[in-house]
Amino acid sequence: MNMHTNSFAEVIQSAFSEPVWTIVGPSVGATVYMMAVTTVFTLLFGIVLGIVLVVTDRDGIRPLPIFNRVLGTVVNVLRSFPSMILIILLLPLSRIVIGKTYGANACILALVASCVPMLGRLVESSIHEIAKGKIEAAKSMGTPNLRIVTKVLLPEALPSLVRAFTIAVIAVIGTTALAGSFGAGGLGDVAVRYGYNRFKTDILIAAVIVLIALVQGIQMIGDAIAKGISRKRFLS
Amino acid sequence: MGSEPFIAVRKLKKTFHTHEGALEVLKGIDLEIDRGDIYGIIGFSGAGKSTLLRCLNRLESPDSGTVTIGDVEITALDKTSLNGHRQKVGMIFQQFNLFDSRTVYRNVSFPLEVAGIPKARIRTRVEEILELVELTDKINCHPGQLSGGQKQRVGIARALANQPDVLLSDEATSALDPQTTFSILELLKDINRKLGLTIVLVTHELEVIKYACTKMAVIQDGVIIEKGDVRSVFLNPKSETSKQFIKINDEFLKDFVVEEGGGI
Repeated sequence: MNMHTNSFAEVIQSAFSEPVWTIVGPSVGATVYMMAVTTVFTLLFGIVLGIVLVVTDRDGIRPLPIFNRVLGTVVNVLRSFPSMILIILLLPLSRIVIGKTYGANACILALVASCVPMLGRLVESSIHEIAKGKIEAAKSMGTPNLRIVTKVLLPEALPSLVRAFTIAVIAVIGTTALAGSFGAGGLGDVAVRYGYNRFKTDILIAAVIVLIALVQGIQMIGDAIAKGISRKRFLS
Repeated sequence: MGSEPFIAVRKLKKTFHTHEGALEVLKGIDLEIDRGDIYGIIGFSGAGKSTLLRCLNRLESPDSGTVTIGDVEITALDKTSLNGHRQKVGMIFQQFNLFDSRTVYRNVSFPLEVAGIPKARIRTRVEEILELVELTDKINCHPGQLSGGQKQRVGIARALANQPDVLLSDEATSALDPQTTFSILELLKDINRKLGLTIVLVTHELEVIKYACTKMAVIQDGVIIEKGDVRSVFLNPKSETSKQFIKINDEFLKDFVVEEGGGI
């Protein structure tokens, strides 16, 4: 059903009908799966990347200026690729690592590669916001660097980190939907195959509604957690 | 006490390299501090007093010269021994620098955790030290719930938790109002008496020196221009800066605080 054959109201109505959801419903599972796995890996690598960027900075607790500049450049290069192109470029890598270039798992590699640099920068800026004095206080108590990271940098930046994670997860959702059209399956795939190629606007709308709900839900959860932490620390 | 001072600073030099060029902040400082002294270092903004203090626990690394505390040459320590040494030198700051993610209890326990002290002993020690700074009732509060004076008391408790030999105070009262400043100074004097702790404090407020210190040094443009007993420097200031400090204090701000001097 689309707007050339039916009225807008009918299309909307159809977007909530059972036949549409028998098509869209199963793809939600695939999207949530890709999103969840990508999020786990993105958080893992993104946090590590962000910490390394801060710590090795010229003013960091373990300055390695040349390494820092090289790493920063790699991050910038990865970030300047549009996600779509990065996904295409990384398909051969998926073949080597996972053994095939289609399906959810094959795309997760590309998704992680496109989301980690962004989260790395977000984590970097969250940690940069910590007052330098707190780090000096920790140093003045003879705290080794690794424990400064675990006992000061991460806990002190936590509310800001949670907001960064929220942004990253939402970016993961968007990229996951995009990856759909490169054989990953999921909501993006359904939206493109039915909604775009076959002019089934009702299915497109249904897919978009699910995406909106996901984004909205995650933003609300992220905000609530960040606010909760700040309130517990009497910072707000 | 032998002939050697407890803290000895010899020919200490430090230059910062900024975008505007090299800035020589310390131009060969010599300083002797005895055990149990409350030693005040005073100077105008940019005189190098904070840099000097931060060289004592090597938050700042001097370019040349030596710092010796007890029989340890701080300037010669490697990184691991430096951390061990820092655990025995407490420091408090103008901006308190408490950890917002931690309660008062866990702020004070921080240095003890770092030093690897068993949990049960940490609790006794933290309770003991919070009693000393009169904050027992705030033990489960977060820094966000405390006033400036209370925050600095937590800062002091944290700095003293691991029973250091020296306490460094970097403008610790400069963000506080006069009453609170005096109660914090009173606390420092009390600790000095009770624990025999050596205190080195840096300030731009002459009142702080007058009220709390036994000895003082005046620093200007990276050079110590006068040092000795507080009384003798006050009664008989030799240098122009010392005279200026005392004059400003008399003329404009009789009561408590010398503001940071613009244009002086």
